[in-house]
Amino acid sequence: MHVVVCIKQVPDTGDVKINPETNTLIREGVESIINPFDENALEAALVLKETSGATVTVMTMGPPQAESALRECMARGADDVILLSDRAFAGSDTWATSYALAQGIRTLEQKPDIILFGKQAIDGDTAQVGPGVAEFLDLPVITYVRKLEVEGETVQVERVFEDGYEKMEAPMPVVLTILKEMNVPRMASLRGRMKAKKAEIKTWTAEHIKADPKEIGLQGSPTKVVRIFTPPKKTGGVRIDGSHPLEAARALVEKLKEQKVV
Amino acid sequence: MQDAPLIIYADKCTGCSLCLKVCPFAALTLEPRANFDLPESRFKNIAVVNEACTACGACVEACKFEAMAIREIERTGGDDLTAYKGVWAFAEQRDGEIQDVVYELLSKGRELADKLQTELAAVLFGSHMKEKAAELTHWGADKVYLVDDPALAEYSTDNYSSTMADLIEKYKPEVVLAGATSIGRAFIPRVAIKAKTGLTADCTSLEIDDEQKMLLQTRPAFGGNIMATIICPNHRPQMATVRHKVLKKASPDASRSGEVIEEAPTLTQARTKIIEVLHEMGNTVNLAEADIIVSGGRGLGGPENFKMLEELAKELGAAVGASRAAVDADWIPAYHQVGQTGKTVCPKLYIACGISGAIQHLAGMSSSDTIIAINKDPDAPIFDIADIGIVGDIFEIVPMITKCLRDR
Amino acid sequence: MAQMDYGLTETQIEIRDMVREFAQDRVKPVRAELDEKEEFPRELLNELGRMDLMGLYIPEEYGGFGAESMLDFVLAVEELSRVCIGVSVSYAANALGADPILIGGSDEQKKKYLPPLASGEKLAAFALTEPNAGSDAGGIQTTAVKKGDKYILNGTKQWITNGGEADTYTIMAVTDKSKGARGTSFFIVEKGMPGFSFGKKEKKLGIRASATRELIFEDCEVPAENIIGREGMGFILGMKTFDVSRPGIAIQGVGLAQGALDEAVTYARTRHQFGRPVAANQGLQWMLAEMAVKVETARALTYAVCRTLDKGLKDVSKLSAMCKLYATDAAMSVTTDAVQVLGGYGYMREYPVEKMMRDAKILQIYEGTNQIQREVIGLSLIKEYASVK
Repeated sequence: MHVVVCIKQVPDTGDVKINPETNTLIREGVESIINPFDENALEAALVLKETSGATVTVMTMGPPQAESALRECMARGADDVILLSDRAFAGSDTWATSYALAQGIRTLEQKPDIILFGKQAIDGDTAQVGPGVAEFLDLPVITYVRKLEVEGETVQVERVFEDGYEKMEAPMPVVLTILKEMNVPRMASLRGRMKAKKAEIKTWTAEHIKADPKEIGLQGSPTKVVRIFTPPKKTGGVRIDGSHPLEAARALVEKLKEQKVV
Repeated sequence: MQDAPLIIYADKCTGCSLCLKVCPFAALTLEPRANFDLPESRFKNIAVVNEACTACGACVEACKFEAMAIREIERTGGDDLTAYKGVWAFAEQRDGEIQDVVYELLSKGRELADKLQTELAAVLFGSHMKEKAAELTHWGADKVYLVDDPALAEYSTDNYSSTMADLIEKYKPEVVLAGATSIGRAFIPRVAIKAKTGLTADCTSLEIDDEQKMLLQTRPAFGGNIMATIICPNHRPQMATVRHKVLKKASPDASRSGEVIEEAPTLTQARTKIIEVLHEMGNTVNLAEADIIVSGGRGLGGPENFKMLEELAKELGAAVGASRAAVDADWIPAYHQVGQTGKTVCPKLYIACGISGAIQHLAGMSSSDTIIAINKDPDAPIFDIADIGIVGDIFEIVPMITKCLRDR
Repeated sequence: MAQMDYGLTETQIEIRDMVREFAQDRVKPVRAELDEKEEFPRELLNELGRMDLMGLYIPEEYGGFGAESMLDFVLAVEELSRVCIGVSVSYAANALGADPILIGGSDEQKKKYLPPLASGEKLAAFALTEPNAGSDAGGIQTTAVKKGDKYILNGTKQWITNGGEADTYTIMAVTDKSKGARGTSFFIVEKGMPGFSFGKKEKKLGIRASATRELIFEDCEVPAENIIGREGMGFILGMKTFDVSRPGIAIQGVGLAQGALDEAVTYARTRHQFGRPVAANQGLQWMLAEMAVKVETARALTYAVCRTLDKGLKDVSKLSAMCKLYATDAAMSVTTDAVQVLGGYGYMREYPVEKMMRDAKILQIYEGTNQIQREVIGLSLIKEYASVK
């Protein structure tokens, strides 16, 4: 069994701050991390490696700096890692990204049985690339998966909805997007880290994956960002002194009644 | 750097690094000019753009030397824009019930259609949905495209996406809106790929620009730290998803009527199979739908103290949420988590108890109508966005609020 | 700001970074709860096992990572201690339990017992202390009498770290009463051997995540091949174990003190009184400065001792006692000052420094009280000067 995990290196958005004077983003000192949901997808793949002897390949599209994210994946146990990197990819929206990843997956020597994504990336929160890649590869996709088991040639999963879940079955090959609930991502072992440090990272260009230049980067992206701005800052409201709990509670309930919230 | 979407003018760049600081995507670095074949300059370094660039333009705005510009490229393979007319709203149903977000989409769709001087249509997939289809016209739809087939009774990504794509192909709408629900988010991206067009997820604002009549789709990115306005200039339809409760819904008008047009589904050999459907989470967990949320964080100190929040939640008919700290400490299951790596919510009332307000939490709840924060630390960032802040001990105050509500 | 360059190897930096991440990610969120509930961190140790850290200095042929330097292990303990020494002592006690086997065990014993310890699948504990024998290791009363192909153990071990939780125990017992300390031997005893049971779990001031328990031997039958080395080697094995274990305690002090300093500086920077951060007060800056100097001195001394031990020198008791003494006294003082810096908040359980202060005390007591350490250093000095004359 071959499991391909598509990941994205993202800035740790929890660390991003806004400069209150200029109202612009301060990116300085913000670490680049593996998108947290992708870590759950990788963990799911590594569990399959342990339980079913799967081979795990991790693929990402990004600048050469994304190598560090791939090394981390390798340290945790991925067998192979591939970086799709080419300036021609720059400016890709979700359409062009899905296309490039699909081309990358097509280029793999061993065809995948399961392709995993995190449910979304924390810098964009679009959740579009997983289903997008599935469409390009004409594979079934199941999103928001919290449980995964492999049975022969099929996967059995639990897909989460707003108010419940469905038990589903799909034949492989299949694309799945993984929820945080599914697992706790492992930390890399010392041996894994030492090995990954020295590993050669395969880098594939647009040409290597036979990507149509018209379908990648800015040119292949139907959407275009026209403006980027910081949302107006919400200012703090009323303060209630909490040193007298009962009075504070009364004052609060009064205010809520005034505003007809309760 | 010829392919990069960002142009950096070597004669103007001073290597001041201002652009590096504002780039949300770490797509810029400073490199010695000597590394490139550049004319002599008194500046040592130059900004260089890499593949992470999304052409967002943040650097262009920040640059004091006009050294940067977004490359205007000839986008080939676009659609004939004039062939596309009308605004569509996808009418998601679950178990035969039209979802609330649909009425919100129709309300916005009506506004957009009026501005574009075109018609608004609802698109409904399901089984035995004729009555419901007619009702959609009360909410502003001029037309309803109904695909009524037993195979569509339950959601299937394959059938939904192929049916939708074929309808788009046939009728060529210029705008398609859908709810950013677990269903919408699963199949709409496939439709966008099939239709070779742009899709913008989780829009918080949708407007039509006056000149080109294009859909301006504004959405948060970066955990809500920045907002981006996105257009889809050369492809149609312009597709967007919107979360539940982000848009306001209008009131239905029973005197309105419209046409229900029945269409046949495009059924494929369904590759995924539903074995069992379970509705396990009651209102207490369905955060996305809740009008009131009582949320707890690290300040609760332990799992047992969530009971106190549950009591308050019961009194308010609220759902219980939690910060990442509380979830990571295993005090409460992950599906209660509000925040960037959890759920994004926008209830009428959000009560944050013992939550300091890390940006990743704020990203998930700051659009709530009214925010109440209770925290003992007066400097907690949560107070910056709270409408009402109580500085004090949650263990004393929360039970008192419950009591006051009970006595009311 | 520049940090001290200790000339760490690539592997050592990797170990430090990964354990730092582990401590932040996995230990920090649960440390208060583990302390409050006095809960043993078995899951955390399992994970450390999967990360190759439980068998850090067990040779590769026995399933370990085969670290080249004592410092590799010490760095791991330091980073864990920075967040919780209740967890770090459970981790270090596993190594301590394995030490007698590593130092004096036969190849068969190593093959049988070390691999599961290296993987974290099993846990070890070291047992010397008894109700009447703590610092005076010669006074132990647990006996081991040879009977056919078995030794019969009788007696009680007290305050055994990882007691009850561990699977493999290295037990010191008297095999020849007439020879005093030189009549003692070490045995490998497995959980579940007939006649081996556990007494009460101790309620402690600090390090509450760690398990401290009595071991009871009532005609406990241990296969004769489970003796480590020969009869009478107990004392020397014990002393050799202590020589390598004391830096392990010292480094707990270093890590703990560093953790307390982290908390104190962070708090002083953010807490405002009289309209400015409390860190703006010179009186407080001086306190922080003293704390920082103690931490760095303790670290430098402990690292230096580790490197010296790597050389395999004899008679290192003075050096290992010095770092244990200095670093643990520093930890007590720095954690106490940290509570002071945080003021009223420092005294409350919502902030971690009160726990750190409670935890610190044990460091001055276990693995030989600091009074014993001074004696070891003093006696060594006298011996040393007598011999150079």
